[in-house]
Amino acid sequence: MSEPAASAHPPDRPPELYPSFAGRLLLAQRVGGVLTPLLTAMLAFLIGGLVVLFVAGKNPLGTYKAIFNGSGLNWLFPWETCSVRHPSDEVCTAATSLQQTLILFTILALTGLAVAFAFRCGLFNIGGQGQYIVGTVAAVQMGIWFEALPALPHIVLAVAAAAVAGALWAGIAGLLKATVGAHEVITTIMLNWIALWVGSYLVGFGGPLKDPAAGPVPVSREVSESATLPVFWGSPLLQGLHIGVFVALAALIVYRLVLTRTTLGYEVRAVGFNPQAAAYGGISVARSYFLAMAISGAFAGTAGAMDILGWQLRLDTTAVQSYSQIAFLGIAVALLGRNAAVGIFFAALVFGALRTGASTRNLDPEVFRPELAGNLTEIIQGLVVLFVGAELLVLYVWQSRRRLRRAKVRRAPA
Amino acid sequence: MTAGVETARPAGSSRISAIKNVGIVGIALGALAFWIALPPVTTRTVAAPLAVGVAALACGIAAIARGHGRVGWGAVASGLVGMLGGAFATRAATIHLEDVITWSTLVSLALVFATPLTFAAIGGMFSERSGVVNIGLEGMMLMGAFFAAWGADRTGSWVGGLAIGMVAGALLALIHAIFSIHLRADQIVSGTAVILLAWGVTGFLYNDIYGDAGTPGNLPSIPEFDLGWLGSIPPATLGNFLEETFGQTSLMTLLALALVVVSYVVMFKTPLGLRIRSCGEHPRAADTVGISVYGVRYASVVTSGALAALGGVYLSIGFNHSFTEKMTAGMGFIALAALIFGNWRPFGALAAALLFGFARALEPQLQNVESWANYSELFAALPYLVTLVAVAGVIGRTLPPAAIGRPYVKQ
Repeated sequence: MSEPAASAHPPDRPPELYPSFAGRLLLAQRVGGVLTPLLTAMLAFLIGGLVVLFVAGKNPLGTYKAIFNGSGLNWLFPWETCSVRHPSDEVCTAATSLQQTLILFTILALTGLAVAFAFRCGLFNIGGQGQYIVGTVAAVQMGIWFEALPALPHIVLAVAAAAVAGALWAGIAGLLKATVGAHEVITTIMLNWIALWVGSYLVGFGGPLKDPAAGPVPVSREVSESATLPVFWGSPLLQGLHIGVFVALAALIVYRLVLTRTTLGYEVRAVGFNPQAAAYGGISVARSYFLAMAISGAFAGTAGAMDILGWQLRLDTTAVQSYSQIAFLGIAVALLGRNAAVGIFFAALVFGALRTGASTRNLDPEVFRPELAGNLTEIIQGLVVLFVGAELLVLYVWQSRRRLRRAKVRRAPA
Repeated sequence: MTAGVETARPAGSSRISAIKNVGIVGIALGALAFWIALPPVTTRTVAAPLAVGVAALACGIAAIARGHGRVGWGAVASGLVGMLGGAFATRAATIHLEDVITWSTLVSLALVFATPLTFAAIGGMFSERSGVVNIGLEGMMLMGAFFAAWGADRTGSWVGGLAIGMVAGALLALIHAIFSIHLRADQIVSGTAVILLAWGVTGFLYNDIYGDAGTPGNLPSIPEFDLGWLGSIPPATLGNFLEETFGQTSLMTLLALALVVVSYVVMFKTPLGLRIRSCGEHPRAADTVGISVYGVRYASVVTSGALAALGGVYLSIGFNHSFTEKMTAGMGFIALAALIFGNWRPFGALAAALLFGFARALEPQLQNVESWANYSELFAALPYLVTLVAVAGVIGRTLPPAAIGRPYVKQ
């Protein structure tokens, strides 16, 4: 997609030939280094801080500190937070906040993987929201049916159904890309909106999934006890951490293994690098497009199952229409994580902490209004995508370009 | 990509164009098959739409057999839809049909919903014809929508709102331009980033300035023209229809229609348009003859942002008279689809925008039927479904600018 315009001249020399600071940065980035995403994130947070300072007129450091504390990451410094407990305080606040962050981490890692896997095949899957929604629908329906099953098979069944639903939903976009060449960005966005409205219909008034006992509230029935994911840290009543976080970690490993250790992964990456060359090498590009989208969708669908079976337990229109937008954050997670499993792990943690820390529930309104903080998260998310998408840090690009040009003139005076 | 072959089609052969016309007649027949089953004609026999639909199919197959696949398949699809829809309509209760199909309401609503899409699609045309993919139309519309509301509130006039909204859209487009032209970012990723930024920025400012109360109820709004004189056009049925349909038309709708004409002239009849198109087809050649590719692309992308913002302006101070977070609801993407569906041409984009506008206009009309009230959410999905089907059906047979999406590297 981003290959330079075809020309008779060789493209710019690879920067590693010129060991400038920017060049070293680029090299580090190419081999999956951490410097560029780190600097990118810092730059995005810096600009976010400027917004806090100049638009809202608040202290950015104080705001970020409050968000950090709200995210529960201060739990890692127990001597500061939970060493002295108030006698009436049964649970450590930082711990519950951290549980929230990790629940969000689960979702973000999975939706990030959904974006990243398609990226590796050269596809831009921004349909995470729709795939997440069909995942929630499948999970809630499977969770309501089969109450007689024991816990483990029931959970596996519900999660698998959600993954398959997400895979099929994303597979539509993959199929259209593979057969008629419809651009996946437009088709996945349309599929998002279709899923959103169909999902709203299903749990809405007169919809087949609506709980008749709930009166006018547009909500489904609750999933049965056997399908809920066990909570292993904190209280189930206070949204403690459920075992979904291990599913996310496993998914990260599966992602890496599939990409690097299987034929499918090799084909997907080959198509992502250069579809023409892959086709010449005997790889079916159409098949790779479809499978890459389907696997992406399976990750996003699993994310939907984690939320439903982990803590929502029932599906309502708010979950379908608003909460599902969390899947968009997956784009920033994948890009900041440079589509690598380890990168996605940390990126999901950063954004999970940011979202939790900036939520109405956890951010001290004295420091910064939580509604604004939610929007601030979106701004930072946009900046991250913008900067990472540019492949180069804005601050260094001018410098490196100048050096490149100077070096080129020196090497080829003609 | 592969569609490049189609340019080699021999032009001017009268036999070929005659066959093509057969295909076009087929498409029209398909529409007719549906139409005769709807009010005011309301045929009640299944045979009528089926017969007309079969005629449409025949035309389509004739066109395909003689090498006009694109029009031919269109006629076949139109015939099938016409037969199905028509047959379904003859089975439905007449009273339901009359609740849903009020042509004057449908057409005027379709125009209303097509207006923002047209602005954004024409804006997208400028950007994409110059070789820069503009996924960010959605964000530019949203910027236009918020800043128009804010500007109208501050300046106390809709003109101020419109101007400020356009500037905001253009500024966001400038970010997209810098990243995709100079920094050579992936244009799709950069466009997405621009949308996320617009969500954050407009949401932040909206919550900061207006909070829970929302935008003030007395926002100055864009005037509507009272075209009541249309009712005096003879014959009386036509006059009444025109008055009911176009009697209250927003300035922005007229502006959108004018923009389609103007942009057609600029893009295809002026040296400026030639320059824009050459940058999108073969930037190296354009550079060789002394056109500043970067300059043209910057100007085109910024223009595209300003035009897309006009669509948002219409949404906030022309139609809804308020701003809500993320109010564009995927319209930028539908506009992008309209642009593709219209083959990157102004009148094509307008036609596609009207089609999507019509799908959207059906939603409130379908809800008029009481027994269907529970399905309102499904009707809301209709425009997106139509867009999906349209994009799936047409892509590969359209001709995108050759250098679209590729950053240009100066030598």
